[in-house]
Amino acid sequence: MTTITGWRVTSGEAEGAVLKLDAPVSFWGGIGPEGDIIDVHHPQHGAVVTGHILVMRSGRGSSSGTYVLAELLRLGIAPAGIILTEPDGIIATGALVAAELYDARMPIVTVSDEDYARIEDGVTVSIEMNGDNALLTIN
Amino acid sequence: MPLTLTPEEEAMLAGEHGPAIALSMRIITELGRIRGAEELVDIESVHIDGCIFYGQAGLDFAQKLVALGGQVKVPTTVNVGSVDLIHPTLILQNNDREKWVYQGGRDLMQAYVDLGCRQTWTCAPYQMDSRPDVGANIAWAESNAIVFANSVLGARTDRYGDFVDIAAAITGKAPRGGLHLDAERHGDVVLDCTSLSPESLALDVTYPVLGYLAGAIAGTTNPVLVGIPSDVSEDSLKAVGAAAASSGGVALFHVVGRTPEAPTLDAALGPHINAPVHHITPQRLNAARQELSTAREDKLDAVSLGTPHASVDEIGEAYDAIIGGPALSDGVAFYISTGRSVFAEADRRGWVKPLEEWGVTFVLDTCTYVTSILRPGTRTVMTNSGKWAHYAPGNMGVDVVLATLGECVESATTGRVTWNRELFT
Repeated sequence: MTTITGWRVTSGEAEGAVLKLDAPVSFWGGIGPEGDIIDVHHPQHGAVVTGHILVMRSGRGSSSGTYVLAELLRLGIAPAGIILTEPDGIIATGALVAAELYDARMPIVTVSDEDYARIEDGVTVSIEMNGDNALLTIN
Repeated sequence: MPLTLTPEEEAMLAGEHGPAIALSMRIITELGRIRGAEELVDIESVHIDGCIFYGQAGLDFAQKLVALGGQVKVPTTVNVGSVDLIHPTLILQNNDREKWVYQGGRDLMQAYVDLGCRQTWTCAPYQMDSRPDVGANIAWAESNAIVFANSVLGARTDRYGDFVDIAAAITGKAPRGGLHLDAERHGDVVLDCTSLSPESLALDVTYPVLGYLAGAIAGTTNPVLVGIPSDVSEDSLKAVGAAAASSGGVALFHVVGRTPEAPTLDAALGPHINAPVHHITPQRLNAARQELSTAREDKLDAVSLGTPHASVDEIGEAYDAIIGGPALSDGVAFYISTGRSVFAEADRRGWVKPLEEWGVTFVLDTCTYVTSILRPGTRTVMTNSGKWAHYAPGNMGVDVVLATLGECVESATTGRVTWNRELFT
């Protein structure tokens, strides 16, 4: 068991299997209505983000990604949580609005590059918050 | 330093100016905290992206703001919606999903009108009469509008997305962070284009491909292009930005000798004098264009121009390329997406009617890749847009060829996809 301390972008708690992306994905145009990666140029085209802890270096692409994430949260098919190395306003806003409208709270966390490298695809990670600190436990 | 609010901003957050302003301030201040802003900044204009219907969440949010009595506080333009309100029958309603998008799209557009937005319905608000000045703080959403405003106009907007846009419009505030700050606006990586031939640099399709590479190389950082002619058109810069914001997360690029914050390479880089340099060779451009072009068949079903929305000049170029030449091939649809104000100007210049008689379908208020316009069965589409080429295969399941305007028109008249795979030299 490994613990990592990151920074809280949005509030919430989550646990799930890590889906670690080789390249950032744009929610808009990159994630389909079934929660799968539809960007044909993406190396993990076809992977499903639903219920996973989505781990990618940064956000990417069209600002409508906000909307797509809020809709995924409304439908209950969003990732359980998101881990990045830099805060992303587009992704964060989708989570903030879903929390306002539907009380759906998805944690978004940033971690250092060093800690990012330690989070491997497929492992189970739990996320909880302590103030602005995000506590990640890898099993 | 944590985010500090003025007494007026505290009052807005506390609900003293009404519940719509309070809700909007919660989003603006939380975003400010996330971005590490120390204060908010007054903004001069907003461009809204949240008016395209992607599902119930966006409609729920806009209608909640309407119900709470929300009204925009600064001049606010709106991006394309999901419905061409001028030609509503262009939008297909052949199945339940298409009907849902049509009705939801109309309701959503109405909600933004109710909130006090100007009915511009274009992704290219920078093609309209009033544009922000160099250095003006604005809050624009839609990635191509953001990158154009920052790069070509020298205005200052961070990457705002759907929902923050209307929250900024209702409060007149945005976090002072990101690209509002001098320190965030320097170039981070250099794309050296000096080995490209003058012939290649004069081609329209060079610029979306350059943008695609710039996005792939720069990610969310600021690329600096060197070796681009100083008289390169705004339309070419629009194509660079739209593609770079699609393949990467670019919100600001510099073109040395052309864009306002890049009179010289040193000025563009500021303290980043050791920024890495990538050499953009013709081979690399050809490979990037081939990567974006997914089509395997040579039968052409449609051409789509105008992503982002076509300018007056671009409609004029299409007119020159089409009128007086061969007829449109049977079975090929030819779309040009543009905004109402540009369309009206093109019509005044006498270009619209001949183009429509030849077979062009003008799409207003929306765009061919955000809503159901292409005929069922459409498989292969040519476009001169890097953004369209990047997104359409995933969004709509079509194959694309990214091509020059000339290749698009020639192929539309023969019905066969014709393009030079080794175009760049």
